[in-house]
Amino acid sequence: MKRVAVALVLLTALAIGASFASASPTQAGKPAATTLTIWVGWSARELSEFKKVVAEYDAKNTAVNVKVVGSINDDKIIAAIRAGNAPDVVSSFTSQNVGIYCSSGGWIDLAPYLKQDKININIFPKATQYYTQYKGTRCALPLLADDYGFYYNKQLLKQAGLNGPPKTFDELTAYAKKLTKKNPDGSLKVVGFDPFFGFYQNTAGAYQPLFNGRYFNGDGKSSLGSDPSWAKFLKWQKSMIDFYGYKNLVKWQTGAGDEFSASHAFETGKLAMMMDGEWRVAFIAAEHPDLQYATAPMPTMSPGLYGAGYINGTIIGIPKNGKNRDQAWDLVRYLTTNNHALATFSNGIRNVPSTVSSTKSKELKPDPNFATFGKIFTNPKSQTIPITAAGAAHLDTFQSFLAKWQSGKVKDLAGGLKDVDKQIDAKLKQAGAGGTP
Amino acid sequence: MTLPSAAGAATTAPATPAAVRRRAKRRATWRRRATVALFLSPWLVGFSVFFGYPLVMSAYLSFTHYDLLNPPRWIGLANYRYLFGGDFQAEVWPAIRNTLWLIAFLVPVHVLFAFAVAVMLTRAKWGVGFFRTVFYLPSLVPPVAATLAFVYVFNPATGPVNTILGKLGIGGPLWFNDPRWAKPSLGLLALWGIGNTMIIFLAAVLDVPKHLDESAQLDGAGWFRRLRWVMLPSISPVILFSVVLAVIQALQYFTQAFVAASIAAGQASQAGSVSTLELGYPEGSTLFYPILLYYHGFRFFNMGYAAAMAMVLLGVAFLITLVIIRNSRRWVHYAGAVR
Repeated sequence: MKRVAVALVLLTALAIGASFASASPTQAGKPAATTLTIWVGWSARELSEFKKVVAEYDAKNTAVNVKVVGSINDDKIIAAIRAGNAPDVVSSFTSQNVGIYCSSGGWIDLAPYLKQDKININIFPKATQYYTQYKGTRCALPLLADDYGFYYNKQLLKQAGLNGPPKTFDELTAYAKKLTKKNPDGSLKVVGFDPFFGFYQNTAGAYQPLFNGRYFNGDGKSSLGSDPSWAKFLKWQKSMIDFYGYKNLVKWQTGAGDEFSASHAFETGKLAMMMDGEWRVAFIAAEHPDLQYATAPMPTMSPGLYGAGYINGTIIGIPKNGKNRDQAWDLVRYLTTNNHALATFSNGIRNVPSTVSSTKSKELKPDPNFATFGKIFTNPKSQTIPITAAGAAHLDTFQSFLAKWQSGKVKDLAGGLKDVDKQIDAKLKQAGAGGTP
Repeated sequence: MTLPSAAGAATTAPATPAAVRRRAKRRATWRRRATVALFLSPWLVGFSVFFGYPLVMSAYLSFTHYDLLNPPRWIGLANYRYLFGGDFQAEVWPAIRNTLWLIAFLVPVHVLFAFAVAVMLTRAKWGVGFFRTVFYLPSLVPPVAATLAFVYVFNPATGPVNTILGKLGIGGPLWFNDPRWAKPSLGLLALWGIGNTMIIFLAAVLDVPKHLDESAQLDGAGWFRRLRWVMLPSISPVILFSVVLAVIQALQYFTQAFVAASIAAGQASQAGSVSTLELGYPEGSTLFYPILLYYHGFRFFNMGYAAAMAMVLLGVAFLITLVIIRNSRRWVHYAGAVR
């Protein structure tokens, strides 16, 4: 009995000691910092650049401790929201999914926070405003942006006697033919310009602002078949493929080098001109700093559109079951609206800073090749792709048709495009309402 | 002294030996059942949680509109109507056609090749262990790694296969980049990995009763007749097993086709902002049914529709298996079975 009493006294003493020990930080007036977790898609070099930006925020805000997790995709984001263990802040490369995030409430509406902090949404260009909301619910903000421009090899152009970049599709065709070189066996050695859908960054969506094609009509129905500019563009694209020969071009592409490696065809001189995103500037600087190249807006179908391009980018938001919403918003606001943060991150990964004012920031490292993309970004005719309830499903349907088109299997282009319209309308109806067309 | 009443006798009188035996037997039966249930419980729990529940949920979700974030909304047969209506001609039928190609061509070739290799290995005079290892080894390679290697080896411009063909004066095809060659290229990959089927056939061929083969030989039967009338009937249960397994695998064919299409199209390395994808590169030739299902569920987040596709797949797999098994009664022979 005596031993039990002694043991009880000892246990009580231990418990009291432990409670004092755990209480000591608050008693010293030092509350523990809240850990904020942010998920991003970047990895490797780009992730470390992002961490540098976050570290600056962390240093200024002692009340929070930000933990960055990279290599995240949308599957993981949705699974975490469903499981109820989402992080405080999430970002996605796939802005097309904003329709799902906003309509479901998976990412919370940021409008009250924007109103509370008196942030005018017009600090972001129109295209980025568009792909960060769905049907009026703004559940995301842009975190740097991508836009697409024209890259050309100055040395190859000079050798061919060409001065400056082409500005129209017709000029582009003439340049491409002049710059293309073949091996003695007829295979392609240097390709002037490759508009093959699926090769590197070539998608119909990336070309669309260059001829102002309409995806949907006023009734919200797919209009690829009824807007003649699509057919005109596709005929031009096919004429280029036919110039090289479909099989010849596919074979050349399989040896053209991986897109995100130092063997990229443009960087190694196998491709004289191309359409690509602004990030290529950083890749070239890192992988082939001696490459003599320049950038410009993409050539367009009509001169009035010159200067415009396709815009897309990373989106960032707060998941509905994130635990520290106010702190999360503070971090989101800093990352998306602070010109210093945007310029620092832009310098690090050479993506376009996503507010109008940050594109003119003096902190941006001067680089004429990169500056081209800032101009495309703020061009009022630049566009992005429509956000739908089906995410990217309508684009995939179109892309599958285009694959057949460019291989020469579509004999009736107008009829084929009308069929695609029907498929897209049916898909959107099914995805949006779960009903049958 | 009073005599006990009849009722009292019934309650207090000791039970007859027969009743005691019956009760003991019943108790033993229950104990045995409880023991069996206890031993089965790990499987029962696993089956219920990881198979039964997902199956029931999939069936339920197939009647709903479900985007993974909003609660499922009941829409009746709408998903099935879209599956067999609006979407059928555009994507579902091409995916079914590609999957049927696997069943019609790849399954027989796979089973025949595995059987042929097994027979050859039983006839080998030397290096038996070495050759068995060589033929089995590829099945140990993870499917993603094997597919990556194949796409590299069959690269039309830089791969060793076309380089060698070129030196022989043959212009090699575009393999994984040509819609006519993409499925046969996947077939070559499947044949390379026949190890598991081959090892089952090997065991079955070695198990064919020697005396039957010798009797037939004494009766003057040649190699083909002995194969036809002795070996094939003896290993017919294994053939049935391999065919059923191969058909089910064909219906669920995913990893190799998905990886090969992504790599050959250059989509595996694309930046996230590129949102467009060609389903079943090249030109839909590798769009198999499970891949389409995956896209709907996890790319377009249209899980209700994906669940409907899964239920149809389940039904088709069940029907095909049933047809094969029913049909097998005519050609499968079980040793010692009474007919």
